[in-house]
Amino acid sequence: MKHIRAFGAFWWNFIVGDDWRVAAGVAIGLGLTALLSHRGIAAWWVLPATVAVVLVVSLRRATRDTAE
Amino acid sequence: MTHDIFLFLTTFLASGVEAVEALTIVLAVGVVRGWRSTLIGVGAAALVLAVIVAVLGPALALIPIGTLRLVVGALLLVFGLQWLRKAILRSSGYKALHDESAAFKEDQEAAASASTVERAGMDWYSFTIAFKGVLLEGLEVVFIVITFGATQGRLPLAAAAAVAAVLVVVGIGLAVRGPLERVPENTIKFAVGLLLTSFGIFWGGEGAGVEWPGSDLAILAILAFLSAVSALLVWQLRRQRHAALPAGAGA
Repeated sequence: MKHIRAFGAFWWNFIVGDDWRVAAGVAIGLGLTALLSHRGIAAWWVLPATVAVVLVVSLRRATRDTAE
Repeated sequence: MTHDIFLFLTTFLASGVEAVEALTIVLAVGVVRGWRSTLIGVGAAALVLAVIVAVLGPALALIPIGTLRLVVGALLLVFGLQWLRKAILRSSGYKALHDESAAFKEDQEAAASASTVERAGMDWYSFTIAFKGVLLEGLEVVFIVITFGATQGRLPLAAAAAVAAVLVVVGIGLAVRGPLERVPENTIKFAVGLLLTSFGIFWGGEGAGVEWPGSDLAILAILAFLSAVSALLVWQLRRQRHAALPAGAGA
């Protein structure tokens, strides 16, 4: 059990990293892009905008945690 | 052609910077405890990494291209944003820059203080540390080689770029006989983060049904946009950090 947990923790850390909100933001951005595209609405701007917002939010949290 | 250049550049830079970190670990252990077991550990890790590329690369090519681009785009986005986030924190002074010289000394001290366990003529400490170091640093490279190679159908080119970077780093390491301290690691990691995230946006978008204005040239526009956002964030965080410092501390 300990090894399975360690194995899972390794892959979580490898893929998701320090801030799970980044992965969650990416999933939401991709979902919104797919939804708009399949309704025939131009959605090319969604992912660049999502990445910019995710970066700002994640960095704000990281620097606030450092400052405290 | 643009894709090939970016593919080679991204894989070469990412592999180079990971190889620098792996070289530091291998040199520290090898110098202190001897080379035989250390190099066997390096060889074993390289073999495992090569097998992962050889098995997973062609397997990914069997997935329909739309699905592959969506999955790979999502993974590259998450992965690239990790690199980019850390590079921005380092550039703005919120996170310490990676110091190969300090890492080399730490690894050497750990290697010198560890007890010797010899079985079957092998120093298992040296083997394990070298194996783990190369495998863990190499996994990120393998991930990039497989995802880029499979999505563009250019696995051999991606693998060649990774091998070329490792050869260059090892060659320079042998020439200077020490860890590579002057490599601008953060700048390279910044560039890799920007490239991975740009491709993640492009492929993830295509997989989700986007038709990019300007087709492939959209990658350059995404890269320019991300570079501008990142530069702005570094500038803003540096200002924020200096404003938070007590008066006179930054002088």
